[in-house]
Amino acid sequence: MHIGESMRECEYSQISTRSSTPMETPHKKRSPKRKKWEAFPGRNKFYCDGRIMMAKQTGVFYLTLVLILVTCGLFFTFDCQYLAKELTPIIPVIGGALFLFVLGTLLRTSFSDPGVLPRATPDEAADLERQIDVANGSTGYRPPPRTKEVVINGQTVKLKYCFTCKIFRPPRASHCSLCDNCVERFDHHCPWVGNCVGRRNYRFFYMFILSLSFLTIFIFAFVITHIILSSHQKGFLSALKDSPASVLEVVVCFFSVWSIVGLSGFHTYLISSNQTTNEDIKGSWSSKRGKDNYNPYSYGNIFTNCCAALCGPLPPSLIDRRGYVEADAPQLAAPTNGITMYGATQSQQSHMAAATPLLQQQTSEPVIITSSTENGTSLPARASLTLGGPCSTFPLGQPTPPTSTPSLSCQEAADVLPIHGHTLNHTYPLQEQAPHHHYLTPEEVPSPPGMLHCGSPLGHSHTVQAGFYNPASQDSLHEDSVRGLVKLSSV
Amino acid sequence: MKPCLLTVSSKVFIQRDYSSGTICKFQTKFPSELESRLDKQQFEETMQTLNNLYAEAEKLGGKSYLEGCLACLTAYTIFLCMETHYEKVLKKIARYIKDQNEKIYAPRGLLLTDPIERGLRVVEITIFEDRTISSGR
Repeated sequence: MHIGESMRECEYSQISTRSSTPMETPHKKRSPKRKKWEAFPGRNKFYCDGRIMMAKQTGVFYLTLVLILVTCGLFFTFDCQYLAKELTPIIPVIGGALFLFVLGTLLRTSFSDPGVLPRATPDEAADLERQIDVANGSTGYRPPPRTKEVVINGQTVKLKYCFTCKIFRPPRASHCSLCDNCVERFDHHCPWVGNCVGRRNYRFFYMFILSLSFLTIFIFAFVITHIILSSHQKGFLSALKDSPASVLEVVVCFFSVWSIVGLSGFHTYLISSNQTTNEDIKGSWSSKRGKDNYNPYSYGNIFTNCCAALCGPLPPSLIDRRGYVEADAPQLAAPTNGITMYGATQSQQSHMAAATPLLQQQTSEPVIITSSTENGTSLPARASLTLGGPCSTFPLGQPTPPTSTPSLSCQEAADVLPIHGHTLNHTYPLQEQAPHHHYLTPEEVPSPPGMLHCGSPLGHSHTVQAGFYNPASQDSLHEDSVRGLVKLSSV
Repeated sequence: MKPCLLTVSSKVFIQRDYSSGTICKFQTKFPSELESRLDKQQFEETMQTLNNLYAEAEKLGGKSYLEGCLACLTAYTIFLCMETHYEKVLKKIARYIKDQNEKIYAPRGLLLTDPIERGLRVVEITIFEDRTISSGR
């Protein structure tokens, strides 16, 4: 039979394209099921079977962890005994509670999905491309600009098309070049936390830096107290000799306090005005841009903004890490007793089978139902440890232009960029000279030499695309240089 | 048991409507590809209900604040034993979509895909060319 033959053909070709293992029998039409995190297109690392999700570079995160553990360890070992005896045993208790909270929020921030947007399916991407072509009507030399304008609460917001993810980014979303994902309500990428900070883990991040501020101040204050009290009894030098770790702690905490407390203050301001670091750096809603420029996402009063950011509903992860990869490309179904479904995916077949009594389907094999919804799979993920980290923030939405090195761009950004109340200090890496690294966005990065100066700050996607051919692979570099030009022109 | 063939004729994608901000809301404009299959009113009712359900999931109110504060106090371990309000509403949405598919869409050779399976970006409606239904092919 024609159908049978073609099915067998397809079956054969399916098997041959997959790497065969001795375990695969000829009866299997699919290779052993993979979990979605194994096939995740972004540059993330997954642990514990997809429950834990981090960025690719995690070295700095371990440094953060070590610093916190060592400093607190020294505090509990060398100072707490004295303080508990001389003052009150409540001190180590509070210190311990703070320490656990800091650790918990650090882990929560680092391990959770920041709000990654899954990439468009091929059908979706094709549909969007079609719409864009239709809207622009030309397939001439100039590639059509890929932005969409939408009016939110009276403000015109431009939605950009992401060439990597093949979607129009929702408002406030941004593509993280380090993780190669679009993240909802993207705040920044924090190397200290080893993850992006976005919609789903911003509150944990804020709790982390807030509690770390308290912990740092707490340790600093009580170590000083310890040294002072001890020096009353024995003399200053003797006190220092008895507890050398205290000196280290004081030094570390002294320098940390400025950065961490400053960072907490900055994020408190951001939360109360409902802005992201990204928006603040770019000055998206600053009144300098125009008299009518205001933040359309703000709820109007500080209290509501804070509540919404910290106590609002926690959206589930959209990327379903622990579900199974479904056969998504249109393909023939398993051989059935007379029923064949052409072009329908596995999930659709199962849905249709379930939904339509008219279509009486028999399959010789059970149809693989697609993975459980977010509800089922993300729960265990959330139950895992929380990670957070102090963020020397990195609101880098796109990679830096090819001709500029990161260090170079950071320096120049420091010249260009006002530093938001951060002092530059060095010793405690947690806070570090991240201040001027932090707020580096592609727009602050100067354009590579030789590029023409772009005249219009608003229509940058239009103007720059003239003369640039931007296939998807060049997207990030291209957009990045575009932003560099835009910033130069607007400064 | 009649053999039948299901061909995917095309897919329609209903995009998000961002005019109210970042909340999850889908456009309710009736796509022209569905004109031959479905009532405009039916479609708009489905979309409006979906939008209302998502609004309920993301609503800021006493209940969600309470949940948030409680979660913070218990260091988010409370979610080991109970699911978030958002997840509960997502389950409700999944049930609603299944129901709509069974009652309205499948008999017309259409299939609604739950937006959560597409990252809440689009509502995907698959149009099947059902040869058993269409007479004479």
